[in-house]
Amino acid sequence: MGVFDGVKVLCFTYAGTANIAMRVLGMYGATVVRVESKSRPCNLRVSGPFRDNQPGLNRSGYYAMYNNDRYSIAVDMKHPKARRVIDGLLLWADIVAENFSPGTVERLGVDYAAVKAVNPEVVYLSISSQGQIGPYREMPSYGPQLQAFTGHVYMTGWPDRVPDQIGQSYPDFITPVYACAAVIAALDYKRRTGKGQYIDQANVEPTVHWLAPAILDYTANKVVEDRAGNSVPYAVPHNAYPCKDEDSWCAIAVMTDAEWLNLCKVMGKPELATDPMFATLLDRKKNEARLDSIIGEWTANLTSGEVMEKLQAAKVSAGKVMNMQEIVEDEQLRHRGFYKTLDHPEMGPYEALNTAYVLSRTPSEIRLPSPCIGEHSEYVCRELLGMSDEEFVELLNEGVFE
Amino acid sequence: MDALLSDLRVLDLCEGGAAVCAKILGDMGADVIKIEKPCGDQARNTGPFYEGIPHHERSLFWFAFNNNKRGITLDIETVDGQQIFKKLVEKADIVVESFHPGYMEGLGLGYEALEAINPKIIMTSITPFGQTGPYKDYRAYDIVAWAMGSIMSVTGDPDRPPLQVGLPQAYIAGGTYGVEGTMVAYYERQNSGLGQHVDVSIQAALTWINSELVPAWTFMGVIASRTGAFPGRRGMIRPPLLWPCQDGYVNYLILAGQPGAERNKAMAKWLEDEGFATEYYRTKDWDNFDWMQITEEELKELLPPLQNLFMAHSMNELFNEAVRRIITLFPVATPKDVVESPNLEFRKYWAPVYHDELDTTIVYPGPFALLTETPPTIRRRAPLLGEHNREVYVKELGLTVKDLISLQGMGTI
Repeated sequence: MGVFDGVKVLCFTYAGTANIAMRVLGMYGATVVRVESKSRPCNLRVSGPFRDNQPGLNRSGYYAMYNNDRYSIAVDMKHPKARRVIDGLLLWADIVAENFSPGTVERLGVDYAAVKAVNPEVVYLSISSQGQIGPYREMPSYGPQLQAFTGHVYMTGWPDRVPDQIGQSYPDFITPVYACAAVIAALDYKRRTGKGQYIDQANVEPTVHWLAPAILDYTANKVVEDRAGNSVPYAVPHNAYPCKDEDSWCAIAVMTDAEWLNLCKVMGKPELATDPMFATLLDRKKNEARLDSIIGEWTANLTSGEVMEKLQAAKVSAGKVMNMQEIVEDEQLRHRGFYKTLDHPEMGPYEALNTAYVLSRTPSEIRLPSPCIGEHSEYVCRELLGMSDEEFVELLNEGVFE
Repeated sequence: MDALLSDLRVLDLCEGGAAVCAKILGDMGADVIKIEKPCGDQARNTGPFYEGIPHHERSLFWFAFNNNKRGITLDIETVDGQQIFKKLVEKADIVVESFHPGYMEGLGLGYEALEAINPKIIMTSITPFGQTGPYKDYRAYDIVAWAMGSIMSVTGDPDRPPLQVGLPQAYIAGGTYGVEGTMVAYYERQNSGLGQHVDVSIQAALTWINSELVPAWTFMGVIASRTGAFPGRRGMIRPPLLWPCQDGYVNYLILAGQPGAERNKAMAKWLEDEGFATEYYRTKDWDNFDWMQITEEELKELLPPLQNLFMAHSMNELFNEAVRRIITLFPVATPKDVVESPNLEFRKYWAPVYHDELDTTIVYPGPFALLTETPPTIRRRAPLLGEHNREVYVKELGLTVKDLISLQGMGTI
């Protein structure tokens, strides 16, 4: 019995955000239907990497990452008879989620007002970059732009250089978490009170929350801190150190006297612990660059795994900078069941990712590989909407389905 | 207005950045009680500080992630403390904690013990690697957790060490994903009447945050690496993503093919309007612009007019013009720029909170979304140390003032 068994989710979505927000519901048993279009396919379907490097709407590993455990119906929204299907879906849904640029769902006739008119209790989620209301509402952006816009990029990098972006679409993995939590809570609220509601989620807003201390430094102190690489005021050493293999690093952070002593012992340099240049935190702060250099000389002869293991054994906080191969093969994540192999009709087996948390009594059930485009048009109409054979065939022949 | 979670009572034992979990539950209306060691949470020592004065009641980090909570002190390593905690659990819905695996069990306060007291209790545990597994005992300060979550490997410049974010965010990520897991467990409890243990791994959360780069490895055997201001793989010819301008930097990506055509045309027009356009920009066929075909020579034509345009203006000038022309160019905003954003102002995002103890009002980031029936709200500042001991222990739990004096004397509160 899945947590969200019987919960019906309808997605008018593309790219990340709202797709990511609703993915979790599907993984815990909700019935998630995504409305797609072959003539205007989701941008992720046309972005690689593709299986065997062969492009195709059903061959994108990128799309697959964010679309497991849901059904795909492909509808020509401009077709005059499309409403027979769309209206059925609007009535069917408990939750509607969309992330098109503001104004789009109004033009398609599936905005909150339209849905509420036929389904007053619906919980309707809109995720957009800047929100549904406001002077920037029409400024679209993807995650890489938004992370710059929200201050995260300014805060990241070396003091003497152009700042750095954080991974790729960082905010697109912040906002959907808040949105998902709010939707679940709103669904429960609806169940208790009979009241649905509209959620206007701007990607900017939760993303700024993660920088709240820096925001408060400005609002309360009128201070904007400079970038500081990997350093922090309260710990030295605190950096990533180069290891034996090419482009391989280990992060090390020391916060107590005991950890400092143990680090020196493990490095085979116990005398460093009481060296006047490094004995106290304040000393180490003054001579941080020199100390980083000394540590780097030690780590350069070891693999990142060896540095991590030796230091952890001595109760010092150290961790490999895992690259993408290492993270996919990682035994701790595999122990948690974080990776699940799904068998896709066109792509064959691929690794899907689980949630970051494991529930002890009702864990997730990852069941369905990401759908081929329009794979479930018939299933959705006949089984979920209860459409008759005749009606489905009529619409099919008219070209409503793509 | 109503709130989403106003019927819920949360006990928050988290330290440091994981505290964001219970704060978000508080934003959604829950009654959150922060439980600190009598000497106070380590987060209180983390800067920045109000007026730059380090003090355990002036930490902006503490303020940011502990507003919407009341606060009590309790030493759960004492027998009195454990008994009091169990009494609190009787009436609570959710316990959130971030101690290393085994700590709570060792005190007789693990999930099984709490479940026996209150079968509805949801316990959310936030740790770097999870409750079990080969790394469960590894110590991971924020930068170490960040490293082991793969996202560090793709942040930074190729010729320097990989980077963390300026404000450490690994525990913030774990705490935030903890909210999602807690909500799934809460909804399930509404079905079954029973709680459960939500085991959050920061490493898993960060890996998910970096998941876009998984398929490059699993499908193509390509390991993404840091490329600094130039997106795309090392060794490929690429334009920069970040460009200097008069007073900072802007994020502007030159897109290829059909998706980029409209924008590139709009940018070419902007260059023309300002006198920076060249023959190249006037004659380029943007509909068929293909990154895979670009040469070093073409880059020499492509970049300088843009560099000149950007250096002629401030971030805000460029952004305002980009909004007007619908070109995807964004400032690399500082916290000041974020605070001054007319869009956030319009949306009433900012929440002023009065700090009676400082006799000042501080403006906080406000509701994380706009909801028509049950909007998130910021209702109270972060608590002073032990601020609500009397309210919770005496008024709600039925201890006497004499009991409090005894407990204080023993160092239990």
